[in-house]
Amino acid sequence: MNVFRLLLGVLLTVLVLGPLMMMLSVSLNPDEAAISGMLGTAKAFFPSTFSLENYREVITDPYQPFLRYLFNTLLVTICTVGLGVLVNSAAAFALAWGYGSYRKLYVALIIALFVIPGEGLLIPLILMVSRLGWLDSYQVQIIPFIASSFSIFLFYQFFSKLPPELIEAARIDGAKLSTILFKIGLPLSKPVIATTAILGFLDVWNSYLWPSMVTRGVEFRPLSVAMAAFFNSQQSYWGNVTAFAVLMALPVIIVFLIFQRWFVASVVGSGVKG
Amino acid sequence: MHTSSPPVRSAQTKPKPRHRQSLTEELLLLLPATLLLLCFLVVPFVLSIYLSFTDQRLVPNPVPTDFVGFQNYQQVLSDPAFWQAFRNTVYFALLVVPFQCAVSLGIAVLLNSSFPLRSFFRSVAILPLMTPITVTIVIWAAFYRIPDGLFNNVIKAFGAEGYVDWLGSPLWAMPALVLLSAWATFPFQMLLYLAGLQDIPSERYEAARMDGASAWQQFRYVTFPGLRNTNILILITTTIQAFKLFTQVDILTRGGPVGATNTLVRYMIQQGYVSQLVGFGSAVAVIFVVIVGSLAILQRVLVKNE
Repeated sequence: MNVFRLLLGVLLTVLVLGPLMMMLSVSLNPDEAAISGMLGTAKAFFPSTFSLENYREVITDPYQPFLRYLFNTLLVTICTVGLGVLVNSAAAFALAWGYGSYRKLYVALIIALFVIPGEGLLIPLILMVSRLGWLDSYQVQIIPFIASSFSIFLFYQFFSKLPPELIEAARIDGAKLSTILFKIGLPLSKPVIATTAILGFLDVWNSYLWPSMVTRGVEFRPLSVAMAAFFNSQQSYWGNVTAFAVLMALPVIIVFLIFQRWFVASVVGSGVKG
Repeated sequence: MHTSSPPVRSAQTKPKPRHRQSLTEELLLLLPATLLLLCFLVVPFVLSIYLSFTDQRLVPNPVPTDFVGFQNYQQVLSDPAFWQAFRNTVYFALLVVPFQCAVSLGIAVLLNSSFPLRSFFRSVAILPLMTPITVTIVIWAAFYRIPDGLFNNVIKAFGAEGYVDWLGSPLWAMPALVLLSAWATFPFQMLLYLAGLQDIPSERYEAARMDGASAWQQFRYVTFPGLRNTNILILITTTIQAFKLFTQVDILTRGGPVGATNTLVRYMIQQGYVSQLVGFGSAVAVIFVVIVGSLAILQRVLVKNE
């Protein structure tokens, strides 16, 4: 029985690692003609040469500035996730520990907002941002996605489980709600921060539709859109295309593998949203 | 979904004057998120409904925008391309949802049992979810290549004559997208199933074993019923994901061949953005939100009623 399970595990590994291995080994081969000859064969899965020539070409390509795309993506990710943690946790803390009687209704509205799929809002959004003159910019990729009803909900769930004595003690000392948030709430909520950060990170790195609508040239274009454009413009240069893909995917995979436990917890946590 | 009720505090702990001060304070904390949600969620939502009744265009037109009543909806619903995109999206969902959920459940059951190297296999299994979708798409494009990509070489090895243009054939383009999409996102369903499996009390398995239940019977009578809520959650979430299909199609097939892989989202973007018919595109968006929103509401109702 164990042998049978082990075999299934090996099969799973082959099916999952195979495509990734193919990407890696093709990217290490500088000879495009050789790649073309073996791309569909078993040879494509095992590196025969270890050359970084394709990587050098991708990074120094003046028309597809990889490093610029990487910078754009990192900037958008960091701003969206960082500002998101501040804005969403602040709202959630007020909802959990404020006094207003509106809070129950507010939370209900936040939960109701989950059902609206973001894709359905893109047409009016593009009209709005083009009127604002935001096309081709960083803010158009950041500002609309800072506030997230789901993040607010996650933070709210966490904050409302904090022991009341903790908050009341700080209040009696005369601390403001915002002070309590920064001194007590946020330092305790590292798991939620990690969850919203990981989910936000995944969102930005996988987002394609919106950035392809709002970025025109290379200046503000993120990696996801650039990967597609690079693939379309260099279809027959598989060495370069896969080198681009490895450069884009490998750092992300390594970081997520290091934080694997948190990654898994975040993904499972996102399941409740639907 | 578990919503914890706000904590109860007794009224006498808060003196009156502080109360007022705190209310402005908490409203200030709420303000940024509220403003952003209003501007980028509520307003676009309301705007999409409003615009769907107008002939609004993306570029300001010389002729002022007019109300056109239900004309956009009539045109959408009588456009064969809309119905083709709708059918394609439903077809994609019908293929990908059962396939991906069954595979994910199988892998979850495997990885939930104990055997050597299990934690290694678990780490491997979540790699596709860590890989950016555009990268996955590019890798699979190599597999589907004509005339000598991996898939064509495999069918050749089985004696097929010539090759299949996987992404260019109306018959095969959709299944090809299904396979790629299932590979890209199955760890999501797998992780949810794993969480669901771990929630089933082990006493139930012990009781079943004492009654002499076989491995299959244990799955059929303990595991599967224990996953009821997980199943509903996963089936509907996966269906919603399937309805949002866009990136794979846009990069690999551009909706082709002859519209055979065009999807609802792509049709909406083509009309509302590429052709700049914001009013018409908004009508498609409203229809899309109604379909996907109903699925999301259905999920809540079913999961809550356990």
